[in-house]
Amino acid sequence: MTKQIVFAIALLVTIGVFAYTISRIIRFFMLTRKGFAVNKLGKRLWVTLEVAFGQTKIFRRPVIGLMHALVFWGFCVILFGSIEMVIDGLFGVEKSLSVLGAFYNFMMATGDIFALLVAISIVVFLIRRVFLHIKRFEGIEMKKISHIDANVALSIILVLMLSLMGMNAAYLKWVELAGHEVHGVYPVSQHLTWLFIGMSVDTVFTHYQIYWWTHILLIFLFANLLPYSKHFHVFMSVPNVFLSRLEPLGKLPNMDNVTREVKLMMDPNAAFAAPATDAPIERFGVKDAEDVVWKSYFDALSCTECGRCTSVCPANITGKKLSPRKVMMDLRARMKEKGPMMLKNGRDYTDGKSLVRDYISEEELWACTTCNACAQECPINIDHPKLIVDMRRYLVMEEGSAPGELKAMFNNIENNGAPWQYSPEDRLVWAKDLEVNVQ
Amino acid sequence: METRKIEIPVMADLFARGEKPEYLFWVGCAGAYDDRYKKVARAFAKILVHLNVSFAVLGKEETCTGDPARRAGNEMLFQMQALQNIELFKAYEVKKVITICPHCYNTFKNEYPDLGADFEVISYIDILNKFIDEGKLSINTDKFKNAKITYHDPCYLGRANGIYEQPRAILKKLGGELVEMERNRSFALCCGAGGAQMFKEAEHGNKEVFLERMDDVLKVDPNIIATACPFCMTMMTDGIKYKNQEEKMRNLDIAELIAESLNL
Repeated sequence: MTKQIVFAIALLVTIGVFAYTISRIIRFFMLTRKGFAVNKLGKRLWVTLEVAFGQTKIFRRPVIGLMHALVFWGFCVILFGSIEMVIDGLFGVEKSLSVLGAFYNFMMATGDIFALLVAISIVVFLIRRVFLHIKRFEGIEMKKISHIDANVALSIILVLMLSLMGMNAAYLKWVELAGHEVHGVYPVSQHLTWLFIGMSVDTVFTHYQIYWWTHILLIFLFANLLPYSKHFHVFMSVPNVFLSRLEPLGKLPNMDNVTREVKLMMDPNAAFAAPATDAPIERFGVKDAEDVVWKSYFDALSCTECGRCTSVCPANITGKKLSPRKVMMDLRARMKEKGPMMLKNGRDYTDGKSLVRDYISEEELWACTTCNACAQECPINIDHPKLIVDMRRYLVMEEGSAPGELKAMFNNIENNGAPWQYSPEDRLVWAKDLEVNVQ
Repeated sequence: METRKIEIPVMADLFARGEKPEYLFWVGCAGAYDDRYKKVARAFAKILVHLNVSFAVLGKEETCTGDPARRAGNEMLFQMQALQNIELFKAYEVKKVITICPHCYNTFKNEYPDLGADFEVISYIDILNKFIDEGKLSINTDKFKNAKITYHDPCYLGRANGIYEQPRAILKKLGGELVEMERNRSFALCCGAGGAQMFKEAEHGNKEVFLERMDDVLKVDPNIIATACPFCMTMMTDGIKYKNQEEKMRNLDIAELIAESLNL
C-alpha cells in the first residue's frame, strides 16, 4: 500500500508540474498570430506516418539516421511498458497488461530488444558528441549550455535503458527463484540474469524494485525536464510534422492584410465599400516574437538543434552569418525572455528589444537565398525560409530598410516592370531577326 | 540549308485579329533583357515554331511577376504586380502559361492562386519533356554524343516544385554522358542568386556560393554544365570565368541544348 501511495503522489506531482508548464506554453501560443487552418487531416496523417513514424527525412543521412530511427521506434514500443508500469504502480499489481496474451509477449520482447538497440545508439551519440568533433554540432549559436543540454538528455536516456534491462533481468531471476509464472518474453534480458546469481529471493526482488523505481521516476523527471530544454523535441516533433505546411516548398504564404491594402490602392472606390473592422492593425511581417504565426513558434519549440539545416545552408557553408538553426533558437529564446513579461503586463509590453536586430541581425536575414535546402533537410519539416522572409517583410514594409541595391530593384519593378532598369518598349528585342533552319 | 525568318506572335496582335493561341509563352525579365538569357528565349521560341505550337508572347505588356520583390520582403509591390498580371491574363483569356524561368514558374503556379489567378502553369522543361515523350520532338543524338554533361538543379524547379527527373530525362536523350555532381536533386547546392540575391552584393563571408558550386562542377569535370534557370546560368557562367574554364566547358540551357542538337 505504501508503494501505491508513494507512486500516486509521484505521478500527481509529475502531472501537476507538467500541466503547469504546458499551460504556460499555451499562453505563449496565445500571444502569436493566426496562421494557416489545419485541414486535410488524411494527408496530414499520411505525412506523419511517413516523416515521423517512417523517419524518412532523418534517413537522408543513412547511418546516423538509422541510429536515430532506432531510438525513436524504441521510444514508441517501450512506451507500452511504461504505461503498464503506471498501472501497476497505481494499483499495486504486477504485469497488469499480461492479460493481453500473445500481444503482450510481443510488445515486451520488442521493448526488451529495443532497450539494447537504443542503449547502443545512445552510446554512439555520446561518443560522437564528447570525443569526435562534428562540425554540425558547432556554430555561433551553439553555446556550452547546448552541449550540456544534449549530453544530459542522452545520459538520462542511457540510464533509462540500462534500468529497463536491469529491471527485466531481475524480474526474470525473481520469478525463477520464487517459482512464479513468467509474464512476457525478454530475449535480451534473459541473458543478463547471471548478474543476480547467488542472491536470495528477497535480494533479487529488492534489485527488481530499485530498477523499477529508478526507471519510472526517471521517466517522470525527464518528462518535466524536457519542456525546459531543446529536447522538448521529444513531445513536439510528431505533432509538428502533423502540422507541416502541405504546400510545395517554393510557396510563400500570402499576406491577406496587404491584399486588402493593395486592392484599396488599385480601386479607391472600394475604400468606401469596405466594411469597417474593429480588428487591431496588424504589423506587416515579423519584428518580435509575438508577430510570428503560431506555426513558426511551434517550429521553434520542436527544433532539437541537430543542425542539419545549417549544414546544408549555402550562405552558412560559404561563411556568411546566417544559420537557419540559430533563427529557430533565437525565436525560442526571445519568447522565453519576453513572453512571461507580456503575460504579466499585457500585449503592449515592450522591453525595448526585439527579435529582429537584438537577436537576428539584418545581415543574417539578407544572406538567405530562399533555396529551401534547410526546410528540405529538416527531419521534422520546420519551415525556416518563411520566418526569414517574414522578418524581411517587416524590415521592408514597416521600416523601409533594405540593402540599397534591393531598393533600386524595387524601384525598377515599380517603374519599368522589371528588376533591371530597361524600358518595357525593349521587351521584344530578343525576338528580332529570328531565323530557324529548315531541314 | 535554308533558313526561314520567323516572327514571334504577340498576344495583343492575335487578339485584335480574334485569334487565341493555346499557350502564353512568358518570357520573363531575364529572357527579355539579359543578353545571355535572350539566347535561351530565342532557342525555346525556335523549338515552339519548329513544332508548330500555337503560342504568343505579351511583348511590351509583359511585366515582372514580382517574385524578387516578394522574396526580398516587399509584399506590397509583389501583390501589385501579381494583381496587375492576373487582370491582364484574364483580359486575354489566358488558360495555359509556359515559363522559361523557374522563379516565374513557382510564383505563378504556387502563389498567384492565392490572389485569384486561374490558369495552368507549365515549366518549359515539362513541356519539352512531354513533346519528346509524345514523339513530337525527336532529339538528334549526333551533336552531343561525345559530351560529358552535368546538370545543376535550380532550387525553384527542384526542391521548390519537385522537378528533378524531367530535365535529366531530356539530357539522357541527347546522347552524351550525364554525370551527377555529389550534391544533386534535393541535395543540390543553390547557385547563390535566389531570394533576390541576384540583385545585390552577397553578404560578407569567406567564399561566394557560386564558387562553392563550381568546385562541385570541377570534381566531375564536364564539357557542359546544363542549367534551367536564368539566375543559375549567370552564376555558373561567372563561375566558369572565375575558374578559367572557358576553354574546357560551356554553360548551356536545356532549351539551347535541344535547339543546338536539332540545328535550329
